Amino acid sequence: MKEKQRFTLSIFTENVVGLTNRISIIFTRRKLNIESLTTSASEIEHVHRFTIVFYTTPEQAEKVAKQIEKQIDVVRCYVYEDSEIIYQEIALYKVAVDNLTDSDAVEEIVRKNHARILAAKADFIVIEKTGHKEDTHALYEALKPFGLMQFGRSGRIALSKERQEISSLLAEFDQEDAIV
Amino acid sequence: MSTAAKEFTKEQEAKETTKKVSGAEALLMALVEEGVDTMFGYPGGAIMPVYDKLYHYDDKLKHILVRHEQGATHAAQGYARVNHRVGVCLATSGPGATNLITGLADAMIDSTPMVAITGQVASHLLGTDAFQETDVVGISTPVTKWNYQVTKASEIPEAIAKAFYIAKSGRPGPVLIDITKDAQFEEFDFSYKPCTKIRSYKPVTIAEESALDAAAELINAAKKPYILVGHGVMISKAEKELLAFAEKAGIPMASTLLGLSSVPVDHPLYVGYLGMHGNYGANIKTNECDLLIAIGMRFDDRVTGDLSRYATQAKVIHVEIDPSEIDKNVKADVPIIADAKEALGRLIPKVKDAKHDDWLAEFHACDEIEKKEVLEYTLGDSTEKVKMSEVIKMLSDKTKGEAIIVTDVGQHQMEACRYYDFKITDSIVSSGGLGTMGFALPAAMGAAVGAPDRLVVSISGDGGYQMTVQELGTIFQYKIPVKILVLNNSFLGMVRQWQELFFDRRYSFTEMVNPDFVKMAESYYIKADKSESREDLSAKMDQWLSTEGPCFLEVVVEKESNVFPMIPTGESVSNVRLK
Repeated sequence: MKEKQRFTLSIFTENVVGLTNRISIIFTRRKLNIESLTTSASEIEHVHRFTIVFYTTPEQAEKVAKQIEKQIDVVRCYVYEDSEIIYQEIALYKVAVDNLTDSDAVEEIVRKNHARILAAKADFIVIEKTGHKEDTHALYEALKPFGLMQFGRSGRIALSKERQEISSLLAEFDQEDAIV
Repeated sequence: MSTAAKEFTKEQEAKETTKKVSGAEALLMALVEEGVDTMFGYPGGAIMPVYDKLYHYDDKLKHILVRHEQGATHAAQGYARVNHRVGVCLATSGPGATNLITGLADAMIDSTPMVAITGQVASHLLGTDAFQETDVVGISTPVTKWNYQVTKASEIPEAIAKAFYIAKSGRPGPVLIDITKDAQFEEFDFSYKPCTKIRSYKPVTIAEESALDAAAELINAAKKPYILVGHGVMISKAEKELLAFAEKAGIPMASTLLGLSSVPVDHPLYVGYLGMHGNYGANIKTNECDLLIAIGMRFDDRVTGDLSRYATQAKVIHVEIDPSEIDKNVKADVPIIADAKEALGRLIPKVKDAKHDDWLAEFHACDEIEKKEVLEYTLGDSTEKVKMSEVIKMLSDKTKGEAIIVTDVGQHQMEACRYYDFKITDSIVSSGGLGTMGFALPAAMGAAVGAPDRLVVSISGDGGYQMTVQELGTIFQYKIPVKILVLNNSFLGMVRQWQELFFDRRYSFTEMVNPDFVKMAESYYIKADKSESREDLSAKMDQWLSTEGPCFLEVVVEKESNVFPMIPTGESVSNVRLK
């Protein structure tokens, strides 16, 4: 069997109730675990973007994408390897700061990791780091000794390096509409 | 006229000019707009406003009251499969809705156009675990092509228009529309516009010229080309194009279970039925052809056996309307994503006149082997009791291969597919993908309503028959002229066969102690008879077939007979077991 690797799906959809379920059960049915799932607006008005990261074989990834694209309210589903996209995740860290010495050390770590402090209170600070999972995880390891009170990481958002014909696809449709 | 009466008349006039209707009535108006004239359903609390309006719609919408909601779905499927229209079923919320799930799943996997409408608790009660509330949209998502919950009456026309468009276009499938009770009561201004497109949904792709050229090149160069006929041929009404194509290029054709009847069994290029219990030649030649032309089929595992040993020597042309089927199971050298009728029509002028007589003769040689090794037993009278295969053959002869055959699931289904010599298209209604026991009786009911000019035969085993036997009540009430055949071996025959062959004859819970099926049918006032011997079968079958209206015949068959040939699960199609 072929090696599993990380894939990112960029799915353009209508903004309707229940579509997350329709898409996620395609993974459930094949016993594929979703690594991360993010939904947001896209560059096109009224068109939503799902970004889903999961591990599988290249063959399976293509099949999953076709099944997703088959759903009525899905406009398009693109499959990408990491090298084909620009992607980021955001992580927030709440660190306990009991004395000034620790605080200095934490600040140093923040600077070194190109992170930033979002909030500083008497007994804790909240740090934000944007980057790849490997980067946010490195900061996680660095901050752990100081007592991480809370940690959270967003799903991946990604934009493709190649041109997506999604806008022209929809424009084409509106054109057809105009003719009718 | 009294003041009150005047006021009432004024109110009525005002209503008419603004065309205000309730959501319930709007639903019925929308169904009429879509050309629906028949539906199958069962009332209940959350769908009562619709049933109340239905009371006055009897002249436009014929409603058939089934005995269980599952029966409504299968009836809608049977109806849709024989007349190419969208089958419609109606149920209430909660258990009514969950009882639809098997039929939806069946329609989904067998590409059957169906619209299911369910009532739902009032919108302010959604998510409160109200009486008979169930998340039918959530539950039905994996088994519907599309589903939608309506909570405002004004959404109904568009939801219904979309539902019908989606159900019947592209690769057909089931759609569920869930309507809350308050939306059924709410009044609004009705207007209707059929749906002709949805921007995120492109149901039909026009075949690429380059793909057709590439396919023609392969076909013209092939020495041993082989056509696999799938359900898509009938769905797209491509029977004529298929024959013209096959005859011009001289290519043998075999059919999948759902593709049966699209090619007449006596056609000189027809070589048989594919799959686990298919014909010997039809299966083994898959691994000897040099070109496989699959049309409107999805390479189900029951057809391919072990994929790693399936047609690896052959180039593959796959004509298919659903892009997700391309390369799903078998890699296509030339995929043609298109409607079968369109693709074949354009392919015909591109292929050269050819004959492949030697290749065709190889199939016939296999038929000789099958005749000797299998048919001598299955159609012979060496057993004490009559065998299912004999009964089907007799039925085929007596009905001249012109009946609509509706099967249940199991041994009798396989024998029906093997021994009924279909002559007319749209004549098989069977649960192929899901394998739903209990399918036949309600589906036959729907088929008989959908094709009133044709003879419809429901064939079941004693197991599956009892799963939906209550539909005898519907058949009786509406005098639906189904000829009901039960082949009784007092076993869950196919499971028993597997227990015999693969589980050392441990017949674990497959023996059935059955009721008196004749009395059961008679209790529904349906004429019924039983044949227990080879001697009286022919006369009883004649009587049964010639009886007007619904009629029941039980045939007691050999208890432990097996269906052969057989390709055991996971085996290659080359390894056909003949006995």
